[in-house]
Amino acid sequence: MTVMEQRGAYRPAPPPAWQARTDPAPLLPDAAPYRVLGTDAASEVAPELLLRLHAELVRGRRYNTQATALTKQGRLAVYPSSTGQEACEIAAALALQERDWLFPSYRDTLAAVARGLDPVRALTLLRGDWHTGYDPREYRMAPLCTPLATQLPHAVGLAHAARLKGDDVVALAMIGDGGTSEGDFHEALNFAAVWQAPAVFLVQNNGFAISVPLAKQTAAPSLAHKAVGYGMPGRLVDGNDAVAVLEVLGEAVRRAREGGGPTLVEAVTYRMDAHTNADDATRYRPDEEVEAWRDHDPVLLVERELTARGLLDEEHSRAVREDAEAMAADLRERMNQDPVLDPMDLFTHVYAEQTTQLREQAAQLRAELEAEAETDGADR
Amino acid sequence: MTTVAVKPATMGQALGRALRDALAEDPTVHVMGEDVGTLGGVFRVTDGLAAEFGDDRCTDTPLAEAGILGTAVGMAMYGLRPVVEMQFDAFAYPAFEQLMSHVARMRNRTRGALPMPITVRVPYGGGIGGVEHHSDSSEAYYMATPGLHVVTPATVADAYGLLRASIASDDPVVFLEPKRLYWSKAEWNPDAPQPVEPLGKAVVRRAGRSATLITYGPSVPVCLEAAEAARAEGWDLEVVDLRSLVPFDDETVAASVRRTGRAVVVHEATGFGGPGGEIAARITERCFHHLEAPVLRVAGFDIPYPPPMLERHHLPGVDRILDAVARLQWEAGS
Repeated sequence: MTVMEQRGAYRPAPPPAWQARTDPAPLLPDAAPYRVLGTDAASEVAPELLLRLHAELVRGRRYNTQATALTKQGRLAVYPSSTGQEACEIAAALALQERDWLFPSYRDTLAAVARGLDPVRALTLLRGDWHTGYDPREYRMAPLCTPLATQLPHAVGLAHAARLKGDDVVALAMIGDGGTSEGDFHEALNFAAVWQAPAVFLVQNNGFAISVPLAKQTAAPSLAHKAVGYGMPGRLVDGNDAVAVLEVLGEAVRRAREGGGPTLVEAVTYRMDAHTNADDATRYRPDEEVEAWRDHDPVLLVERELTARGLLDEEHSRAVREDAEAMAADLRERMNQDPVLDPMDLFTHVYAEQTTQLREQAAQLRAELEAEAETDGADR
Repeated sequence: MTTVAVKPATMGQALGRALRDALAEDPTVHVMGEDVGTLGGVFRVTDGLAAEFGDDRCTDTPLAEAGILGTAVGMAMYGLRPVVEMQFDAFAYPAFEQLMSHVARMRNRTRGALPMPITVRVPYGGGIGGVEHHSDSSEAYYMATPGLHVVTPATVADAYGLLRASIASDDPVVFLEPKRLYWSKAEWNPDAPQPVEPLGKAVVRRAGRSATLITYGPSVPVCLEAAEAARAEGWDLEVVDLRSLVPFDDETVAASVRRTGRAVVVHEATGFGGPGGEIAARITERCFHHLEAPVLRVAGFDIPYPPPMLERHHLPGVDRILDAVARLQWEAGS
């Protein structure tokens, strides 16, 4: 008998009362992304919500174009645009209460702004005057996170800590499709499910991790399906449909708040711009693909619904446009001012108390700065 | 006046006591890691903590080091004070990204808004007959990361005092526990534990006049043994136990070397790119005119940690230390 035959002949007895630990059926995502706009359900959406979302989306789009323009003027070191993804950015911010926490990635400055952060402070990291421009406790918003997926376990830990303290707080973490391949994505979802942490994971599947398409990233039926393996529900939603994203995130947040545990949400969207201003998207995707998505633009989807219901009057349009332009003008003006930097800050927040070695190095830099100032003075 | 019984205790027991006292005194302290709950840790350091404080305060986590440290970051952001156990030195590597990219620099990234009062306990070093991936000395990696404190005890009393100080620190501390000293015993009174000393202070374990052995953690007892043996050769060796690699106590080290004029740095970690190079450079920068000989290093060879049946050839031992002392140019200096 060959080895393979022996293997074939081997029939281990199953444990007597084996059963799945969780029924997987209720955890499975829908067969297609959930949509509201463009469906019959859209007529049920309150006009106020549609108008509010429209204003936020237009403002968000303007923020993206203004920030991209600032890179061309040398005012931002880099800008990873969320153009085309504004529905996810806005919905993530609106789905949370003030006491909840948001864990954005580097592409989510718009979500930070939509949460109420000053647009200039949201861009501190990308301008490069410091790593984070705000006090995370003030906005209950973690620093914009560059190493992929590493902020997800933070969200789980914070949600867990809040629950231990008996606080009614939900953490929502944002990530892209590429980030779901990272180990921290897996570990965060597993911890969240095991601990039943009040956490929500929003994956913006925008089709690309810089240049690598989703097909080279995963063989999963959908990213939302990954949830089932962790024992949490996965939801699939049209990421350009702001009403649908807000509804799905709202349900997930409510579920987490009520002690129902975490949810994974995959929002199917498209990154209309290149990865950043430093990237060239024509090297890896045809223009026709991008063009096809223009008809499914998040701003357009809301405008179609507003128009169909006769809600998009000139007064509203002008007010929305003016608000967006005012935000852009203010951002432009303030970003065109050089930030005031103190090089001595480099040593201030390394430790609670400076070490002897850092005090020595700080003294060295101070002496260099003084010498520099003297030379500059003598030159004048 | 009541007399308290001073009984022999192991380093493992002192560490466990430090965790227990920290949990009892500060409700924000949370112990977490693999097998730290029901089992009490593979080295039994956390024995009894889950029973006493419940599994919300002493938590068996899923088996994922990045997840353990990553969730600890989130807990610290919410005001808790996590004490994380990495089961073995080489099993801490999956948590490196969290440690380097977040734990070490969150305070800096946020201009002080989010301090990371996290203690990462890592059993480290060899000499226990462990198979591969169970005996690494990874301190140089941690030392090279600004924002971390790197602390390691060599005595039972220090195990308690330094761990309490580490947990109390508002900065992240990589707390390296010398595995082979877990079972080392000393007279120690658990009912009157030593006051918690500030981190960053080295201590002279043995005063001497001929030369200074600078060491830490598992090599401290080896150096003390070498110093005793050296008496037969006529050398009176001073032994400095660094206790804290970061911050580094330049003052105590330099003062000792200026007194003795000769120095040997001893550690298990590999020599090339290891802590000894940094320490030797710091001594030379500060004590050049007091030195009678080049600062020498006795370190692990520059090899992956050997299999247990060969590890004795790798670990710095008394003979290798004495050989180094013998090479300190005695004929020229005296």
